[in-house]
Amino acid sequence: MARMKFLCDADRCIECNACVTACKNENEVPWGINRRRVVTINDGKPGERSVSMACMHCTDAPCASVCPVNCFYTTADAVVLHSKDLCIGCGYCFYACPFGAPQYPRVGNFGSRGKMDKCTFCAGGPETDNAQVEYEKYGANRLAEGKLPLCAEMCSTKSLLAGDGEIIAQIYKERVVKRGYGSGAWGWKTAYKETIAS
Amino acid sequence: MAKFLTTIRLAVGAIALLCVLAIAAPVSAQDRNPDGSVNPTASAVKEDQLLRELNRIQGRVTIPDTKEGVLIQPAGREWREFHQVTLYWIGAISIIGMLALLVIFYLMRGMVKIEHGRSGRTVVRFNPFERFVHWLTAACFIVLAVSGLNITFGKSLLLPLMGADAFAGWSQWGKYAHNYLSFPFTIGVVLIFLMWIGGNIPSRTDVEWVKRGGGLFGHDHPPAYRFNAGQKMIYWIVVLGGTAVAVSGYILMFPFYGGMTVAGMQLAGIVHGVVAVLFIAAMLAHIYIGTLGMEGAFEAMGTGEVDVNWAKEHHSLWLEEEARRVGGATPRATPAE
Repeated sequence: MARMKFLCDADRCIECNACVTACKNENEVPWGINRRRVVTINDGKPGERSVSMACMHCTDAPCASVCPVNCFYTTADAVVLHSKDLCIGCGYCFYACPFGAPQYPRVGNFGSRGKMDKCTFCAGGPETDNAQVEYEKYGANRLAEGKLPLCAEMCSTKSLLAGDGEIIAQIYKERVVKRGYGSGAWGWKTAYKETIAS
Repeated sequence: MAKFLTTIRLAVGAIALLCVLAIAAPVSAQDRNPDGSVNPTASAVKEDQLLRELNRIQGRVTIPDTKEGVLIQPAGREWREFHQVTLYWIGAISIIGMLALLVIFYLMRGMVKIEHGRSGRTVVRFNPFERFVHWLTAACFIVLAVSGLNITFGKSLLLPLMGADAFAGWSQWGKYAHNYLSFPFTIGVVLIFLMWIGGNIPSRTDVEWVKRGGGLFGHDHPPAYRFNAGQKMIYWIVVLGGTAVAVSGYILMFPFYGGMTVAGMQLAGIVHGVVAVLFIAAMLAHIYIGTLGMEGAFEAMGTGEVDVNWAKEHHSLWLEEEARRVGGATPRATPAE
């Protein structure tokens, strides 16, 4: 089985936010929730870089560790998913997540949170693959259809890569060698405790 | 002449070359790739450098949720370490340790009896309003403590017994109870603070009381006003601990209000967890003294009236005060049933 990862080549990201839009549309993500966002660092200054970030599907995921009801599980493809039937909306996964991935719909007054929602690597949830109920709770299950996450699939500059970690790392390494530079795989050290030499 | 022109030509050429080099200077050798092309990442922001500077990478986002501008916060892993390891140990040691201490103490000392037996006459210690406030706070505290411990320890202790679905359902209700009962609990703490502040200012009598080993630890009965040093300690634990859990709890309940950052939320979680488990340990001791630990103590909060002999032994100065206030030897004495 593959070990699925995301890799954002910050030297290619043009901050078009198409990944954000595609994700929202493909997964019918509720109002107020963004499973993916583009963060621009040193905006307007020389050396500015944009990075598209969502759940990184960490190795030994902190969200799963702190969850009081153990609602997280890791698939055979190493995708970190969770059950919205078990989630109690406590918000702990957001505090533990290094990437700000968990999102909560506001379901009442004050800050009361609903069931957590996050990037599923377009792999749905615990329900039967591509069942209507799975789609309503978690969005698309493209992985079950043999497709990769839409955000990466439609990235116009092919900055955002999704797929087997070894393959996307190889693609990135070749790019770095060919063009002679690369600012590294953002978040990989934190998520996977490894990095791609550039 | 031709030689002179050659020299000038050379000089102009050299100056021109210098100018070109000066203009090109910002692109130094290291900003260039081996093939001479410009390396655009030489001045780019670097992940490692940003993490070293702030241990957090912050940028700008175009979505309305501005807190998502934090790209990477490795501090999340430290918070995980706190929640999964540090808090587990602090909680387990303080709560199990306190229970063990109380069991050992009970086996050694047993219930502290009223030395001169019951007199059969009672004196009012807490009026109905005081008892209402006490039990309001106490009932809320127990639900808050159980639902709070469930969030930290439930998945290790209860989840294997209950199964995932039942445990999630119970925890969901626990969360609702925890959130909503925080309001009456806070009111209770505020009322306790206002109601009993008069009798709980530390004084010289307390030093004497501690020196002579009052309460559970000695066999002596040093004089005390309405609240002895031990009770004053419980009072301040409730007031200060209650304030700490209330403030940190409301921050957690109203996440990211008032520009709170994820680092602030993590800190609130740490304060809430640590203070809460220590608070629970302290309250176990309070419950022990009020019930099993001491004869005649529970009535104070039960019926509100304590035996005069109990009052004489534990709160002699208070009993004198009451007597003076009412103007008799034993105020509002009621015959034994």
